[in-house]
Amino acid sequence: MNRIEAAFQKAKSEGRAAFVAYVCAGDPDPETSLEVCRTLIGEGTDILELGMPFSDPLADGLTNQLAAERALDAGMNQEKVFRLVERIREFSEVPIVFYTYYNLVFARGVGEFVDRAVKAGADGVLTLDLPPEEAGEMDQACSEAGLKTVYIVAPTSPESRIERIAGSATGFLYYVSQEGVTGERDQVASNLEDKLALIRRHARQPVVVGFGISRPEHVRTVAAVADGVVVGSALVNCIAANPKDRKAILEALSAKMEALTGALHS
Amino acid sequence: MISQEIRKETLPDASGHFGPYGGCYVPETLMTCLQELTGAYQAARRDPEFQKELKHYLKVYAGRPTGLYFAENMSRTLGGARIYLKREDLLHTGAHKINNVLGQILLARRLGKTRIIAETGAGQHGVATATACAKFGMECVIYMGEEDMRRQALNVFRMRLCGAEVRGVSNGQKTLKDAVNEAMRDWVASSGNTHYILGSALGAHPFPMMVRDFHRVIGAETRRQIMEAEGRLPDEMVACVGGGSNAIGFFFEFLEEPSVRLVGVEAGGYAIASGQHAARFQGGRMGVLQGCKTYILQDEDGQIEPTHSVSAGLDYAAVGPEHAYYRDLERIEYAFASDEDVLEAFQFLCRTEGILPALESTHAIGYAMRRAPEMDPDQIMCVNLSGRGDKDVSEVERVLKLEKGGGQ
Repeated sequence: MNRIEAAFQKAKSEGRAAFVAYVCAGDPDPETSLEVCRTLIGEGTDILELGMPFSDPLADGLTNQLAAERALDAGMNQEKVFRLVERIREFSEVPIVFYTYYNLVFARGVGEFVDRAVKAGADGVLTLDLPPEEAGEMDQACSEAGLKTVYIVAPTSPESRIERIAGSATGFLYYVSQEGVTGERDQVASNLEDKLALIRRHARQPVVVGFGISRPEHVRTVAAVADGVVVGSALVNCIAANPKDRKAILEALSAKMEALTGALHS
Repeated sequence: MISQEIRKETLPDASGHFGPYGGCYVPETLMTCLQELTGAYQAARRDPEFQKELKHYLKVYAGRPTGLYFAENMSRTLGGARIYLKREDLLHTGAHKINNVLGQILLARRLGKTRIIAETGAGQHGVATATACAKFGMECVIYMGEEDMRRQALNVFRMRLCGAEVRGVSNGQKTLKDAVNEAMRDWVASSGNTHYILGSALGAHPFPMMVRDFHRVIGAETRRQIMEAEGRLPDEMVACVGGGSNAIGFFFEFLEEPSVRLVGVEAGGYAIASGQHAARFQGGRMGVLQGCKTYILQDEDGQIEPTHSVSAGLDYAAVGPEHAYYRDLERIEYAFASDEDVLEAFQFLCRTEGILPALESTHAIGYAMRRAPEMDPDQIMCVNLSGRGDKDVSEVERVLKLEKGGGQ
């Protein structure tokens, strides 16, 4: 069983949803980023989603844009992201999923990117701007190398597309609970339960929900209906609040993680 | 030399590909809306009522057809080919951009959208969009990089006069690419009631196809006009290429005419060797940016490189995918003009013909000044003068003063 599947099973056996923590690799700098990951893992994230910093992250809100900027300014690059994964593997078997834009994959060469990711110890990849229609080469490379693919389902995706997307994702499906870019929101979408029921009609794989989830009450609402809850901007903001002070970052992350993971059991 | 038979009407394929280029690389949230747009556009394209309405507004509102003007003084001074200028600069709002904007806003109305967003670099597309929104009573938001707002301040004021909200973009390089990112972010959240009027032959399918089609009128008129004036096709056609909308519209009619040489002119910036330019075919390679696969200025890791051009409208890291395709087929050739060439050509055209060209279009003039003397006096060159330069006067004055003052 691969690490992703095992993580969902473990959460299920404990009667809760899985927690997926997102941060941008290299934010605010490569060394602190390793400690950030260590803290998230120590605080019990079931899956670690690592953003690959990109100069033009058009699906991301300001919080994640600035995180990518901090990482790139601190000298982060693709090779360093892979090395970060290798260093995490020295102490943890937490499933790691890349969150990336296609030009980064394409620039390296799709096959080479996927092989390097697997060699580093990554388990899956979500390519934000690569819909299934354009993903032939990527899907094939991932299937050959054993890297799981994650695809997004949007509130705007009609049933016919949901079916198609569910047919492409080998890891899990990521339902974006609200239209728009990443970022914290006041409320979680109200029609979540119906949407998930519709998706589950076509999905054999786990379905996680993300975008805009930042408070314990959001986690509680989502965890009641989804297989996993993704929290990103709320964690990234712990870094943004004090990018020069590693201790303050790690303390803020611990506190945030404790508050949020505590809400996983309904 | 043309290495392969050109069948221009078969492109793009049903999913928006021009050979290996183009396609639809966007977040899932936009896929449904782009597919709806494709369907609506294909229906409109075949609908005589839509075509009639568009033709009407192009004539009575935009001012088509535009003239094909024999630049006698310019031709004589340079000593070579007979140069004709296609006067898109005389259109309402001052550039070819209005052709596409009118097409897309009529389409947006058919789709029942009430709000329009757009990106703009030089401000010409933003002005055209704000203008059409005023005319058709649509809410209008324009995204523009703060650096561009500074150098194209006049156009910012014009957009606001038309009732548009101009949102400055302060992230990234604060130019066109960053404005596109922000417009896409808006659209990801607003596609229910909002249409995004993309301003160049760029982005995800169906935009490169649709924008090209709305500009095909430029080349179609040119063909008729040059046949009337000279009784034959031109030997060479020249247009500037940022995203490449004016160029593809100008060239399209002639793609299957092997006797007509087609040359797109990119922004050479300070110098190609310095890396401070926007000549994608000089320093770029294949990649994916803002919805399509095309030639992109990027580093080894796939991060998009900063660009530089004296003209805000060409200051962009990617080129339209159809251009990338015809470049590979060697059907369209690509040259570049430096900032220095452009400043000289800007003054030259004012002096010889009394025509003030937009800095973007002046790249084509700069190339023509080099190329025309190499041609025979019985040869014909047509240059697309895609926009007028009123917007650039104060920036050119500033740059020329700096040059005289010793560079700082």
